[in-house]
Amino acid sequence: MSEDNGFEPRIVAFCCQFCAYAAADLAGSMRAQYPPNVRIVRLMCTGKVDPIFLMKAFEEGADGVFVAGCLEGNCHFLEGNIRAKKRVGYIKALLEEIGVGGERLEMFNMSSAEAPKFVAAVNEMTERIKKLGPSKVAKVS
Amino acid sequence: MVIAERKPIAEIREMLEGYRKVLVLGCGTCVTVCMAGGEKEAAILASALRMAEPGKEFVEATVERQCDREYIDGARADAQECDAILSMACGAGVGFTAEVLEGVRVLPGLNTKSIGVTEQPGVWVERCLACGDCLLSLTGGICPIARCSKSLLNGPCGGSQNGMCEVDQKNIQCGWQLIYDRLKALGRLDLLEEIRPPKNWSAAHDGGPRRVVREDAVL
Repeated sequence: MSEDNGFEPRIVAFCCQFCAYAAADLAGSMRAQYPPNVRIVRLMCTGKVDPIFLMKAFEEGADGVFVAGCLEGNCHFLEGNIRAKKRVGYIKALLEEIGVGGERLEMFNMSSAEAPKFVAAVNEMTERIKKLGPSKVAKVS
Repeated sequence: MVIAERKPIAEIREMLEGYRKVLVLGCGTCVTVCMAGGEKEAAILASALRMAEPGKEFVEATVERQCDREYIDGARADAQECDAILSMACGAGVGFTAEVLEGVRVLPGLNTKSIGVTEQPGVWVERCLACGDCLLSLTGGICPIARCSKSLLNGPCGGSQNGMCEVDQKNIQCGWQLIYDRLKALGRLDLLEEIRPPKNWSAAHDGGPRRVVREDAVL
């Protein structure tokens, strides 16, 4: 599907409050611009991300999902972000298996000071999902 | 515990052809521990199938065990609403669910692998072949039947190389090397001096499906 058909993807971002969520807040303070396609879910740590959260997001109509956690080695809970990364990998494979597509899910790492990195993640996912087109899963209104 | 692994989605979808409403039935014991068929895995699989098969309806339930009649009975109401059950129990659970909930089509969602242990989080390995005649007292607690690829009673064989088995030199340790090392540490290498006679395999599955009866517990 082409990018310019008016498709605006719905993207869910599971963000750790210590890094990506703060980076998103900072992006706002900096008046940084990024596409309005992302709905942020704040978590205490990306280690809270259960595979079923990711599946439910897609099942309920998300076209893309990303998880954004602290830089590797900087997790406040030591390795929550490493665990999240593995779970993202597991669900990417499952999404591939069911034909939704693993590339609709991604993991990003950033610090709370890296607002531009959050903006870049939103831009990257929005562009990627626009190229892929709407998820084949029927939307729940 | 019984170790199992989810079947590929493509195989599950093929099995589900022709059924409109399916109960994904998790099992709360062994397959929960090995993260193959518990409540969480049932939810993930049902979610995946809802996305893969939008024309079908998937409901979820998990019972404590699918190898006990009273727990399976708990799923009867849900099952009667459905055309088929996709059981996420081991093979025993699938079969027993089909037996107890007679008349409902029961399909296996998992492949049952072995009786084993959690070697480390996320890794489950075989430790028992249920041979019916345990000889761990002779081998320092390491089972030659389950851990030697050839189930040798007097090992090791010539395929033991640097502690690994010739069947898979990267992943399978030589069971008899392990037995030797353990008995040496225990100061019981004398146990290896005795030649073990052929095992009575009729106590294993070779003697047919096995049955255990404890009279005092029979109602």
